[in-house]
Amino acid sequence: MDNLIWLNALVLGGVAFVAAFVLYFVSRRFYVAPDETAEKIAAELPQANCGGCGYAGCSDFASACSKADENGFANLYCPVGGAKVMSKVAKIKGFSAAKKKPSVAVLHCQGTCSQAPAKVIYDAVSSCRIANQISVGKSGCPQGCLHLGDCVKVCKFGALSFDETTQMPVVDRKKCTSCGACVKACPRGLFEIRELSAKGALLYVACRNTQKGAAARKNCLSACIGCQKCSKLNSEIKVENNLSTIPMSVDADEWGQQLAEACPTKAIVYKEKSHA
Amino acid sequence: MPKTYTFPMGGIHVNKYKNTSDISIEFAGLPEFVTIPVKQHIGAPSKIIVNKGDKVKVGTLLADFDGVVSSDVHSSVSGEIVKMEALPNANGYEETMITIKVEGDEWEPSIDRSPDVVKEINFTPEEIVQKIRESGIVGMGGAGFPTPIKTSIPEGKKAEILIINGIECEPFLTADDRLMQEYAERIIMGARVLNRALGIQNAVIAIDENKQKAIDELQRLSKLYIGVNVRVCKTKYPQGGEKQLIKAITGKEIPSGKLPIDVGCVVQNVGTTFAVYEAVLKNKPLFERIITVSGNACAHPANYRVRVGTPVSFLIEKTKTSMDDVEKVILGGPMMGTTITNINAPTTKLTSGVLLFKGAEFNKHHQTNCIRCGKCAVACPIGLRPYAIKDAFLHNGGAAELKELHALDCIECGCCAYSCPAHLPLLDYCKLSKQELRKK
Repeated sequence: MDNLIWLNALVLGGVAFVAAFVLYFVSRRFYVAPDETAEKIAAELPQANCGGCGYAGCSDFASACSKADENGFANLYCPVGGAKVMSKVAKIKGFSAAKKKPSVAVLHCQGTCSQAPAKVIYDAVSSCRIANQISVGKSGCPQGCLHLGDCVKVCKFGALSFDETTQMPVVDRKKCTSCGACVKACPRGLFEIRELSAKGALLYVACRNTQKGAAARKNCLSACIGCQKCSKLNSEIKVENNLSTIPMSVDADEWGQQLAEACPTKAIVYKEKSHA
Repeated sequence: MPKTYTFPMGGIHVNKYKNTSDISIEFAGLPEFVTIPVKQHIGAPSKIIVNKGDKVKVGTLLADFDGVVSSDVHSSVSGEIVKMEALPNANGYEETMITIKVEGDEWEPSIDRSPDVVKEINFTPEEIVQKIRESGIVGMGGAGFPTPIKTSIPEGKKAEILIINGIECEPFLTADDRLMQEYAERIIMGARVLNRALGIQNAVIAIDENKQKAIDELQRLSKLYIGVNVRVCKTKYPQGGEKQLIKAITGKEIPSGKLPIDVGCVVQNVGTTFAVYEAVLKNKPLFERIITVSGNACAHPANYRVRVGTPVSFLIEKTKTSMDDVEKVILGGPMMGTTITNINAPTTKLTSGVLLFKGAEFNKHHQTNCIRCGKCAVACPIGLRPYAIKDAFLHNGGAAELKELHALDCIECGCCAYSCPAHLPLLDYCKLSKQELRKK
């Protein structure tokens, strides 16, 4: 009996010794030095893993930052962390950070229940992707919001909420990190990441309807009718396909008030910093 | 009892509601305006060859085919072209349409309007295909695939059998049923024209069991024509699907991603066959078709001969139905058709029915979670797993996974959604998955 215990101890101990020996040499042979810079950078990142930067997650972005040379680094930007985080990352790397103006997601539609009343009852799956395929939606506007909130579901920062009275998604400017998830989620491409002006104001055309004025107005009172009043005021604004687009180069602080007042359907939206 | 044919896998039994089966076809009349979409088929939109203000007659060519997979579009009325612009279609999305103000009913002189049945075919196969192309014929079962492509056999392949699809397995619809009852001889002649074009001698007309009058009529006439046979199929949905029908009649299965011609079969709908007869032997382009107007909200269900481009609302008025009673309008059959949001949209070459519903018959059931019962997989006539497609689509939309599940082989028959005890919209997910895969 005693012999058996000793034999077991010897065999198992021997196996353990050999295995430890093998493991030691294998780990030495295949040693990978940890990327300390990447680890440092990762510690500074928001760790939201949203993919807004275009990489699979924060650690992927960190290793990309660590490997990048000066030119490559200028193209890397974490929209969630913004300039604050990027300057810290740049300090670790010893480069200067890419400078971007603070930005926020905006919805290019104002087709609320009152502005674009429902003409049909939608009774199928509560998903914008599916509704977009079935028909133009409740309001009848082929380019307007479908009111089913695919964008709200994808927002990881709680910046989008669904307003039950207007049936529209609302962007909380304080929480929005401009990661771009909503831009990808909307089947009609109604979201855009827009830069804020120096004073933190926003100026954009809240409509994507390309129908002729009369047809657009029939469905929605806030539709852009392509009247060209805005483009007469500022020549940078282009009106194509009955739809006006305000480029980012138009300074919101300077032009906002004037353009918003000139728009007869109030499709041009000017929001100062105080507005949420 | 003669032998009945059917497909072995999946399928469901739905209530038939064929209450318009004994109502004869009547002309719906001419509306004030018709709007004719330039794209009523799969493929490239046709090229408009007329101008605003032009006077057209019934049967005048409006738009020429553009590219291989495309089709001609003809005027369905006589009058003046008043508009050529994008107008909302049945789903509300804009599409290029030609609006014609109707003035009188003057036909192109080349069209043979006599009621006699022409029994002589003096054309070569090439001439027949050319005539079918010039008449703008597309598959009228619903897919809208241009018929000339189906009738010209690609090199290296050989047609062995022509199957005329007289199976109307969708509930409510009786357009094809009435066509077979009233124009049986013309359909047989149409089949012979197609036979000539394909260079084969035999045609099989497949009809499902519940159309006894059509079966009797065609069986009586088929004895007079050598090579034309009638086969009775089981009443089962989707018996009228191309793949299911070929499996039932010939026992051959079409491999994934292949066409019927790869197994030597050509399938044509009876509506298409009738149109081929009229196009080749009567010189009449495709500008009208039979449409069933039915449903529980319809005051006077009927089968109408409708000019292409007639607004859906005109047909609803014709049945003396008030729109206040109607809660849901479906174009096509209830299984595969689509609910429409714009009743001023025109009917097209592909509209087989206008169904009007109210009350309990269209109520959507409350959706619950998938219980993994597998009923959808049992019902699927292709042998797919709709629940797995739904999961793959919802969780990551992974193209590789969807491809592995053969989502592209879905025929969109809707058996899965019909049989789901949790009332999940499985068909929607399958359709979206297909779209997703085609994008890549």
